Amino acid sequence: MIYREAGDFKTSYAKDQQTFPIAFDRWGYFITLAFAFLVVPFIINDYWINAVVLPFLIYAIAAIGLNILTGYCGQVSLGSGGFMAVGAYAAYKLMTGFPDLNIVFVIFLSGGVTALVGMLFGLPSLRIKGFYLAVATLAAQFFLVWLFNKVPWFYNYSASGQISAPERSIFGYAVTGANALPAVSYLFCLCFVVILAWAARNLTRGANGRKWMAIRDMDIAAEIIGVNPLKTKLTAFGVSSFYIGIAGAMLFAVYLGAAEVGEAFGISKSFLILFMVIIGGLGSIFGSFAGAAFMVLMPVLLKNVMVGQLGWPTDMAAHFEFVIVGGLIVLFLIVEPHGLAQLWRLAKEKLRLWPFPH
Amino acid sequence: MSANFYFGVEVFLNGLMAGVMYSLVALGFVLIFKASGIFNYAQGVMALFAALTLVGFQNGQIPFAHLINAIFGTDLHHFGWHMPAFLAILCALGVMILFAFLVERYILKHLVNQEPIILFMATIGLAYFMEGFGDLMWGSDIKKLDVGIPQGGNIWLEENTAFLGGEDFYGFYLDNLDIWATVLAAILVTSLVLFSQYTKTGRALRAVADDHQAALSVGISLRSIWVIVWSIAGFVALVAGIMWGSKSGVQFSLSLIALKALPVLMLGGFTSIPGAIIGGLIIGVGEKMFEFLIGAPFLGGATENWFAYMLALLFLVFRPQGLFGEKIIERV
Repeated sequence: MIYREAGDFKTSYAKDQQTFPIAFDRWGYFITLAFAFLVVPFIINDYWINAVVLPFLIYAIAAIGLNILTGYCGQVSLGSGGFMAVGAYAAYKLMTGFPDLNIVFVIFLSGGVTALVGMLFGLPSLRIKGFYLAVATLAAQFFLVWLFNKVPWFYNYSASGQISAPERSIFGYAVTGANALPAVSYLFCLCFVVILAWAARNLTRGANGRKWMAIRDMDIAAEIIGVNPLKTKLTAFGVSSFYIGIAGAMLFAVYLGAAEVGEAFGISKSFLILFMVIIGGLGSIFGSFAGAAFMVLMPVLLKNVMVGQLGWPTDMAAHFEFVIVGGLIVLFLIVEPHGLAQLWRLAKEKLRLWPFPH
Repeated sequence: MSANFYFGVEVFLNGLMAGVMYSLVALGFVLIFKASGIFNYAQGVMALFAALTLVGFQNGQIPFAHLINAIFGTDLHHFGWHMPAFLAILCALGVMILFAFLVERYILKHLVNQEPIILFMATIGLAYFMEGFGDLMWGSDIKKLDVGIPQGGNIWLEENTAFLGGEDFYGFYLDNLDIWATVLAAILVTSLVLFSQYTKTGRALRAVADDHQAALSVGISLRSIWVIVWSIAGFVALVAGIMWGSKSGVQFSLSLIALKALPVLMLGGFTSIPGAIIGGLIIGVGEKMFEFLIGAPFLGGATENWFAYMLALLFLVFRPQGLFGEKIIERV
């Protein structure tokens, strides 16, 4: 009854085309934002921030990035882990090479570096399509991880081969390094997430997004109506890698603090992000958030139930997690191939008509 | 000839052998892809699962022992028998056929007519499921697999080739296991080709591979064909699992050979059985030679991790359908 557009008259094109045309949605969005910025930092404890909220925010950025490439432009990539590693190592080199550079610029610049690398590995996508491309992106994954392992310049010749983030601060508050307060890291990540999600949402409904979707739906037809496949695919690879690089830089600098490339950015990370995108819903920004939340929360929940409540050994709980994640993915694809985002859309559709059935 | 040249030849031969091992996994992919258009990511995990099941039967392990112990507080481990290898292989094959049946019944049936990418992702989910399931069922410790295949260097070959090189050359070192794998792979491929050319079921398989709808319209049951194909792929996975398991122990990393089989497939073409073999040989030789000639001396080693993918990537840019794949024709 409250969730509907009837009676909500639009008097300008700008209003008609806004992201949330329904007032209820719009208010929900603003209230969520206000809650996330003004209330959460004061009520949340360190465990929740470190175990759930920070990974959720960072993976949400990565999932948006992969969603732009896979969901909007239809190019399946299994190289996200490698691109995250590029972001992380770029951030590390920038932080140690230019100690005075502001951390915000560091993160955006490492996104830019990753975008370049991503476009380089996106070049073959012109000739290679579908599965072949998915496998070709594995080349990026394995090559990049090997590169960061073997070339000492990338980890500043440190004996352990690890990279660790030095302390950097904004407005006098440390956001990276050991002294960073969890609430500060949280707000820092949240700002990035909000800005990037807003940018992604508007990119995908603009001219670029439409070109991406045209290429996704049928690339030859898109080419015939005048979409340049080279430019379109490369922009998708670039933008997507930009997001994934930022996520990698933040995962390393803000969340992990120290990282070893094979462990932190291995092939399993690529799959994790791909799962987030599938479960959340291909081609939906909201879906990226939903998928990230699901994939971050579920292991925590399962672990709490199986290890905490039932007292099972942790390795068995880990195996169960595999079984459940795998089973859920198959189940999702059978029941709802379009993911959580589609469930959300259906729920809204029902809500619009409520209390009438039709 | 210098000893270095002979070392190079030895690396080449070992590369061929490694390539055969990759081909064994790639074969399973090709079979399923041809018959159902599904790119089965779970093939590697199937090999792991088959090997785990085989070891489990051989040692008389109780399935889900850990789980049962954790829930009921019991202390079960083994039935206390020791099954002969042949019987255990038959039992493992039975399990793989049952698995094929279940996959068709509970997954494929519901995903008919979905886009290929959805099916691909479903098999990734299946791979995760089986990985956890196999570990739950048989435990996750590294197991030794021994079905009576001889292992270790082939002494006959080593002694008879030692005269070729100088004083610091002791003859070619080839692992017996690899030689066996080559023989087995040859038998497997021959019998698969014979099966698909000269039996009624084989003809039905080829019909389905050509055109699903046309096959349906002449009365071929798609569902039973799928069960058959997945069973054969399960059998190939079992063979691959036995060979890889005997070589490096049955453990989690076995499932990662699937990733190694992917560039093999791309090089050979997804739809060609000879392509899988030749692609495997090229990748095996290529990565070993690259490591020997360029990787180890100049790049710091461990180039085997990515060389195969890069080779496949560069190759595909020039020939997108692989060496023997059907020409990709796109229509609007």
